Amino acid sequence: MWRDAALVAGRDLRVEARSRVTLHQVAPFALLVLVLFAFALDPARQTLERATPGLYWVTVLFSALLAVARSAALDESGGVRDALRLSALEPPGVFAGKALAVAVELLALEALLGLGVVILYGAEPAGAGLLLATCLAATVAVASTGTLYGALVSGLRVRETLLPLLLLPVLAPVLIGATRAFEAALGGVPADGWPWCGLLAVFAILYSVAGAAAYGTLLEGS
Amino acid sequence: MEPVVHLRATVALLGRFPALAGIDLDVVRGEIVLLRGPNGAGKTTLLRVLAGLVPPVRGEAVVLGHRLPGEARAVRRRVGLLGHGSALFEDLTAAGNVAFWGRACRAGAGDIEAALALVGLADRLRDVPVARLSTGQRRRASLACLLARRPELWLLDEPHAGLDNDARDLLDGLLRQAVGQGATVVLSSHELDRAEALADRVVSLVAGTTTVPAPAISNVSDEGRRNEPGEVTHVA
Amino acid sequence: MTATTQPGTVAGTDQPPRPGAAAATTGSRASRIIGLLALAATGLLVLYGLVISPADVEMDDAVRLMYVHVPSATYLYVGCFITTVASGLWLWKRTAGWDALAEAGAEVALVFSVVTLGTGSLWGRPTWGTYWTWDARLTSTAVLTALLVGYLALRRLDLDPDSRSARAAVLGLLLVPNVVIVNRSVEWWRSLHQGSTLTRIDPTIEGDMLVALMVGFAALGLIFAWLMIHRFRVAWLSQQVDRLDLDEALAARRAEAEESR
Repeated sequence: MWRDAALVAGRDLRVEARSRVTLHQVAPFALLVLVLFAFALDPARQTLERATPGLYWVTVLFSALLAVARSAALDESGGVRDALRLSALEPPGVFAGKALAVAVELLALEALLGLGVVILYGAEPAGAGLLLATCLAATVAVASTGTLYGALVSGLRVRETLLPLLLLPVLAPVLIGATRAFEAALGGVPADGWPWCGLLAVFAILYSVAGAAAYGTLLEGS
Repeated sequence: MEPVVHLRATVALLGRFPALAGIDLDVVRGEIVLLRGPNGAGKTTLLRVLAGLVPPVRGEAVVLGHRLPGEARAVRRRVGLLGHGSALFEDLTAAGNVAFWGRACRAGAGDIEAALALVGLADRLRDVPVARLSTGQRRRASLACLLARRPELWLLDEPHAGLDNDARDLLDGLLRQAVGQGATVVLSSHELDRAEALADRVVSLVAGTTTVPAPAISNVSDEGRRNEPGEVTHVA
Repeated sequence: MTATTQPGTVAGTDQPPRPGAAAATTGSRASRIIGLLALAATGLLVLYGLVISPADVEMDDAVRLMYVHVPSATYLYVGCFITTVASGLWLWKRTAGWDALAEAGAEVALVFSVVTLGTGSLWGRPTWGTYWTWDARLTSTAVLTALLVGYLALRRLDLDPDSRSARAAVLGLLLVPNVVIVNRSVEWWRSLHQGSTLTRIDPTIEGDMLVALMVGFAALGLIFAWLMIHRFRVAWLSQQVDRLDLDEALAARRAEAEESR
């Protein structure tokens, strides 16, 4: 299974490295959203500063939608799905590989956005340990949930519109948890943030297991 | 004669449409069988049933000794399907694609290199992204992905389409070679002259049925497929 | 092919129903009795909820909304639970009945979630002075409603039946885990700021008010059961129609083959 995961993750990341969709489209989009938030919430009145953790994670979620849709699209183009079913790849391995590739892309994106909020919103990083742990747990949570739901809508004509409808309510706890943890790290008491980080970790584990278990059924059922 | 395919009154659906309405087909090891028929006759669906991708819903279906749909996974490992889609990733190179699918099918590095060489993609074209390959060159790359996994049953859907004459000769040669090594081939083609010269036998499909012999469908029970009446009782 | 099924006949023909198709109606003696009981209980609820039971000392007449709000919230969770269990059983057994049950559970749950949200925000107006407050339970019910809408949106797609069942089953299986996580996180989130004192019902509810709440549970429970039975049978019958359609389509395809020979 892990061999298959490495093979699939390598393929997805290689496709990403060649096509540069994340670098050339998703990353600029994410930065643009940060700028739009600044237009919507006047930077002078410090609303922006107080809302930074929330805006950061909303931006990550929207960008994740794009990354997930792109990752799912890779496996539904002409004949790839048939070829996957005919191959000896284990479905849990395929799931793990795809989730891993999305997670790597998201981590890169989060680093860039972190730089963005420091420069644009004047955020001052603090509590590095909590920040990193939160990013890691939230990223695995989003990547595994996204990969599972991406497979759920894959091959449907309405997938672009259905994916956000299905995925965003499910990710509500991730948004809440990651935002609170960031608030605790940046402004408040870091100790308050760790339980949230734990919630994110539980979520990440639950969805990684569920996705690995369900991926075979979804690969078959279409 | 070792039977590779054994279908009796096989029915298969595309969504709710019975693309195959009753197929009788027997293929023995080492044969090359050509499926002929107008568009919509069910050739593609039949090839996908044989690959274990579309479950037969009625009738009998045994491929390579495995009963379908129950043992589809075992069938899939042993067949190779060249379908309408190329199953290639546009951003990867020809060699990258063949390497990925080869390894995904547990092929060794030697088999992968040999496959690339056999289709003529081992030199100049190996590091060109698929997006920049011509239709015929993509077909060759797809073919190499198949060669690398050494299928026992080759299933080819319109393999001659989009190929120039050299490539067609190459394909036919590769198929004859595979048969010589003990493989079996079922293909569909609109290049009838060429395909009939290649094939040992021609099977005609009309509206999802094989023309001879007429399938005895009426006595095939569909009980037990699903919707058993007993299922209702727990709520009603 | 869309087929309108009339009682006593098979879709599109004048023949009597085939044995396998069962009676083409969603009613039965049991469901009629449940329906009548539900009507009677609803009448009793109106009597108890609006007339007999007194107004609350603190909440005044708004307390009467509780007799609908609390039971409907409860049955909302029952519906979700049925969907998740039935989805799991479909994944295990792969029989169409579980698929129909999962769909019925989610659809009825959606009805009750709308009732829960509606009565909740109506109650909020006199109590909190606003229709909507970011109260933990109200918020998580709203997210749950979104989950149900998503699930039913997937079910409404015109898909290959097997493919739809498989996707819906995975989504349905995750419904209750999602609900649990959302509820936990939202409650935790709100409790950091204001404490979850707002929605707590007076635990010393007694007398006629307790009777009214019990009647509410009984009435909405009967309505829930009645809706479930009928919704399940509609899903079941539409699967039967699909099956009859297949026989017809198969005959048509074979006739086409005969013709062209």
